[in-house]
Amino acid sequence: MSGHVNLKDTVLEISGVNPRKCMKCGKCSGTCPAYGEMEYHPHQFVAMVDKGEIEKLMASPSLYRCLACMACVERCPRGVEPAKLVEAVRLLVIRQQGQNHMTTDEIPEKLDPELPQQAIVAAMRKYGK
Amino acid sequence: MQKIGVFVCWCGSNIAGTVDVHAVAEAMKNVPGVVYATDYQYMCSEVGQQKIRDAIAEYGLTGVVVCSCSPRMHEATFRKTAEKAGLNPYMVEIANIREQCSWIHKDKEVGTEKAITLAKAAVAKVLKNAPLTAGTSPVIKRALVIGGGIAGIQTALDIADAGYEVDIVEKSPTIGGRMAQLDKTFPTLDCAACILTPKMVDAAQSEKIDIISYAEVEKVSGFVGNFTVTIRKKARYVDITKCTGCGACMEKCPSRKGKNEFNMGLNTRTAIYIPFAQAIPNVACIDPEQCIKLKTGKCGLCEKVCSAGAINYQQQDEIIERQYGAIVAATGFKPIDLTGFDEYGYNTCKDVVTSLEFERIMNAAGPTKGQLVRPSDGEHPHEIVFIQCVGSRCTEDAGKGKTYCSKICCMYTAKHAMLVRDKYPDVNVHVFYIDVRTPGKNFDEFYRRAVEQYGVDYIKGMVGKVWEQNGKVMVQGSDLLNNEQITIPADMVVLAAAIEPNPGARDLATMLTASMDTNDFFTEAHPKLRPVESPTAGVFLSGVCQGPKDIPETVAQAGAAASKVIGLLAKDHLVTNPCVAHSNELLCNGCSQCEKVCPYGAISYIDKEVRGPGVREVRRIAQVNEAVCQGCGACTVTCPSGAMDLKGFANRQIIAEVDAICKAQ
Repeated sequence: MSGHVNLKDTVLEISGVNPRKCMKCGKCSGTCPAYGEMEYHPHQFVAMVDKGEIEKLMASPSLYRCLACMACVERCPRGVEPAKLVEAVRLLVIRQQGQNHMTTDEIPEKLDPELPQQAIVAAMRKYGK
Repeated sequence: MQKIGVFVCWCGSNIAGTVDVHAVAEAMKNVPGVVYATDYQYMCSEVGQQKIRDAIAEYGLTGVVVCSCSPRMHEATFRKTAEKAGLNPYMVEIANIREQCSWIHKDKEVGTEKAITLAKAAVAKVLKNAPLTAGTSPVIKRALVIGGGIAGIQTALDIADAGYEVDIVEKSPTIGGRMAQLDKTFPTLDCAACILTPKMVDAAQSEKIDIISYAEVEKVSGFVGNFTVTIRKKARYVDITKCTGCGACMEKCPSRKGKNEFNMGLNTRTAIYIPFAQAIPNVACIDPEQCIKLKTGKCGLCEKVCSAGAINYQQQDEIIERQYGAIVAATGFKPIDLTGFDEYGYNTCKDVVTSLEFERIMNAAGPTKGQLVRPSDGEHPHEIVFIQCVGSRCTEDAGKGKTYCSKICCMYTAKHAMLVRDKYPDVNVHVFYIDVRTPGKNFDEFYRRAVEQYGVDYIKGMVGKVWEQNGKVMVQGSDLLNNEQITIPADMVVLAAAIEPNPGARDLATMLTASMDTNDFFTEAHPKLRPVESPTAGVFLSGVCQGPKDIPETVAQAGAAASKVIGLLAKDHLVTNPCVAHSNELLCNGCSQCEKVCPYGAISYIDKEVRGPGVREVRRIAQVNEAVCQGCGACTVTCPSGAMDLKGFANRQIIAEVDAICKAQ
């Protein structure tokens, strides 16, 4: 279980979010435009981080369905910022060696001269599989 | 030769848990001036007090130091104890070793050391105490109630019932307040007007009550038992002694675009208006922003049709000044402004209304004559969504809304939902809730009736988004129990907006020197034991101005505030605090600084012949009115020449305390 605690602490540290502030009103999930495509909905995400179920979240495709539109952050009445938790769990996956969903070899063929390089790197990390 | 006794209280484990009370008592025995020191479990108990009395008699104590809780708690208790044993009550000092020591320390060694230091400081002070004698001041047997809603009306009625005169100052043209706007009241569904208007009439007819409507408090001076209050009676442009309330002026007035405040702006009213049919006083009032005559000089129709000759376009604001023994704040509340909550579509969609607006729509005397219709097109709705906690229970970092629960919304939403289902069974009603809070007599039963008997659909979850689409109001929210996101095409949406104190409350609190919390609710003197008194003597609290509450609670609190006022007015004299400021004539340089900072207007300057060693001349010097001074000490810290000093808290006493603390370190 110590592994779970460490992962949770890391997520809390990266995100700066305190999930205990959540009053479980569900407004984040009521507002989320990607709700239908998610295995774990924003309010569940907050609750699961609080319970330390980080590995389940890391393995879930929900991570890559979040549009990072920040509607949940904007509307949360408790200032919990669920999208920041999603982003933190994404970062946790990236930090693990070999967990990137795209390799550098794949980049050249996807290159578009109109696209800034930073956007490609960010996209690779967030959405690549 | 001073003989000081030190009494260390355990306060059960409150102090003894983190302070070694025996060690404190032992340490104090070695302090110069101390002839006796002991400790006991509960010094405030009869046994504890007897120990103090016995020691005063046995050791001939000239001063007493009690190491216990805050002086706010038991200073008066121990002063009485000393007085009973023949000691001047002002020869008692309290060392606060509970709130300022044991409660904030965890380490017993540190706590004990600090307790000894605080006790030494108190001994140093009491050695320089002098016996003081309290004076008396008369009580003006008249009360002022600020605010004429149900809280203010009930307070005034109860004070008047005890035989005292009371004025109600109400800022709008009529008394009645928020309750007058309501349709039915939970949980019994009595009609609000049926139970409120008789009280309004009682207040108007009472010989003891003077209703000063359309008026505001401008200035408050004085102190408990003897306040002087300046009141501005705003110009109504109507002579209230002549107006009969016939309403002919309202029929003829051509300016009809004024926002009808009583109907929450859902319709318009004329420039000359009576807020509602049962208004008290039932007289007209001209809105200068809307009146064509007042704005352009042309029109004058109301004057022509008024058979009573009551219209007076030249009327000016009138300033009156009155004396009161007690003041009650009953300034009430308003729903919060929903700017910033764009997700609920309140500012963009006409069919999204607040609960108070919905109350007016459901009211038989409201803009729709009680017919449930959509504001946008006047059509009968078939699907209504209620959203609770709009702007309540938000954290400060969320950037909008209030941190508290507004308390009344769960119940009035259940009431609205039930009334709609009762009157219009064809309408589907959904309620989005976070928690349903129903602590109150017959409250939960009421809510369950809405669900079980009236078929109201309660959905656990919050709404994230409201928008207009094809003539419908789309409501997207969470259904947490089904783990679903749902969208309801509704015809109307009702928002249970948080409530907040009326905006004028803060200015009033400043005038009254009454304290407020960060939400602008008035603070009570003690949250449990003195819930209707402000910490400022002579100022009492009634209704929502102190915190969110429903009508039964408001009426109960109004009665409690009235009983406190009656208890005060029943006294002929009040014992004054002898710890007042005084000026040393020889040191005073006449700079006027103290006069400027005195919040009570107790300091004036006189020309007086000053005599001292080598001095004999007429100087301009400060003089303190001891009956008015409250001993706050603002003058003593302001005085640049050290002429101002406070009895019982003299500069040399405070320096002695500081020295004792420094030496102890």
